[in-house]
Amino acid sequence: MTPFLDRALDTAPESLLTPRTAVTVVLLAVLALLPVYTMLTGDAFVLTLFTRILILAIGAVSLNLIMGYGGMVSFGHAVYLGIGGYAVGILAKEGIGSGLVQWPVAIAVSAFYALIVGALSLRTRGVYFIMITLAFAQMIYYVAVGLDRYGGDDGLTIYRRSQFGNLIDLNNKTLFYYLCFALLLASIYLVSRLVNSRFGLVIRGARSNERRMRAIGFPTFRYKLTCFVIAGALCGLAGALLANHTNFISPALMHWTRSGDLIVMVVLGGLGSLFGPLIGAVTFPLLEEGLSRLTEYPDLILGPALLLVAIYLHGGIEGLLQGRRRG
Amino acid sequence: MARPLLQIEGLTKRFGGVVTTDAITLEIPAGECHAIIGPNGAGKTTLISLLAGELASQGGTIWFDGRNITSVPVYRRSMIGIARSFQITSLFPDFTALDNVALSMQAHRGHSFRFWHDARGDDELRKPALAALARVGLAERASVHVRKLSHGEQRQVEIAMALATQPRLLLLDEPMAGMGSEESAYMLGLLRQLKGGVTTLLIEHDMETVFTLADRITVMVYGRIIASGDPETIRADAGVRRAYLGDKQSEDRAERNG
Repeated sequence: MTPFLDRALDTAPESLLTPRTAVTVVLLAVLALLPVYTMLTGDAFVLTLFTRILILAIGAVSLNLIMGYGGMVSFGHAVYLGIGGYAVGILAKEGIGSGLVQWPVAIAVSAFYALIVGALSLRTRGVYFIMITLAFAQMIYYVAVGLDRYGGDDGLTIYRRSQFGNLIDLNNKTLFYYLCFALLLASIYLVSRLVNSRFGLVIRGARSNERRMRAIGFPTFRYKLTCFVIAGALCGLAGALLANHTNFISPALMHWTRSGDLIVMVVLGGLGSLFGPLIGAVTFPLLEEGLSRLTEYPDLILGPALLLVAIYLHGGIEGLLQGRRRG
Repeated sequence: MARPLLQIEGLTKRFGGVVTTDAITLEIPAGECHAIIGPNGAGKTTLISLLAGELASQGGTIWFDGRNITSVPVYRRSMIGIARSFQITSLFPDFTALDNVALSMQAHRGHSFRFWHDARGDDELRKPALAALARVGLAERASVHVRKLSHGEQRQVEIAMALATQPRLLLLDEPMAGMGSEESAYMLGLLRQLKGGVTTLLIEHDMETVFTLADRITVMVYGRIIASGDPETIRADAGVRRAYLGDKQSEDRAERNG
């Protein structure tokens, strides 16, 4: 675990006791012990809330891979939550309850969608890229609205969670929570390996200076597309988890404001940092919840706060803890 | 006569109504250091971008080692041995100097669909990258982030990155732009070392450098070649003197006015 943490936190062993490391370790410890708290107090709400947070964190980790490391600002990332969710929901309704079928399908369809959208959108950049990813996501949104057999606008209730035989029972809330937690850690580990590999350096190089990358001999397009597909697949998995968590899917899952939420989580937590998306995914809903108790218009505070983060804290919360102002 | 390494025929590029490259025809034999001079806006950088494949030409042909590469994309031209440096420093500022050069190396060591192993712990890339940095005199600055390097050092990284790809044709766009005199002297020594080894196309404003290094010189004005030959010929060419090396007419005017 230690070498992984070193790499993950990008620090030398002697500087392990930075505020950033401390916060990350405490956060992970709290998340690991949360079900114990629920067991002791019987407060199931917190467990449900944090299961959702962990799932969205996987989505944020996935978005951070393309946006933070690859510079590809996708404004349609929630669509994968929808695709993954509908894969589970539709298969369940059609009588295919096995998670060993549902989840791979959720991942594969998400990857395929990413391949098509990426192949078209990655030829553009900047605002055009943002608009194309948004347009495709809206298209899928309206496709889902039109799926009368699967509830259309009203959504679809999933009566049975994905079946994994004797392997794991997803109806057990504690087990499901730990499964989400394990998959989140696995996805962070995956990203930490990816971004430091040869592949990852190509992606990061292309974000930094694509023209130079091409001049030194990299066909950047195919690498960015691959990265886009990996991120899509990962977020598709998050969608499958989300459907199992809520036992319900609807087009609202992939409304463009959901995509906006994911971007906010990543920017708030820290673009291009390994644990930033998790920090953002935890902070954002808690901030929303806390502010809505203080005022009737939480967005009035949240909006300007995000603006300040975007302008002054390029490394987000994660960067602030590290003592880094400009990323 | 041996086939020239680079052969350009009638190469043309227009931006709207402005012809920046007007039917350029030029041959560069292997091993030659060929300098291109000319006033600002003569189309020198555009020519390099056309040769590197970053810009598409609207007419003419580029032959490299006997192969028509006119429509070969930029990254593949790098693969077959054409490397360029940029007039305005173009690096990866958040990476270290060593990362920058190693990345350049990586591009030429097979595909980069390698997802798992730490590229920064890869001796296959790090060792030759460090050697390339040492060659430009930056070995002890290898682990410094590029944005923290001085302008001159960044220029050196530019050259190291171009050299790291082991090019057969090196396109250098004002390698000494903005350098102090000490840095310039160092760079001049470096370019002298390269001479004869790598075929080089050099854009440079510093005439001392040009006349020291170049085997042949081509003079461009408004997208056209007005003269091409060995340094002595160019020095003696009346048209060149008028257009570039010292404007005869304005001197005359100055004399009359004085």
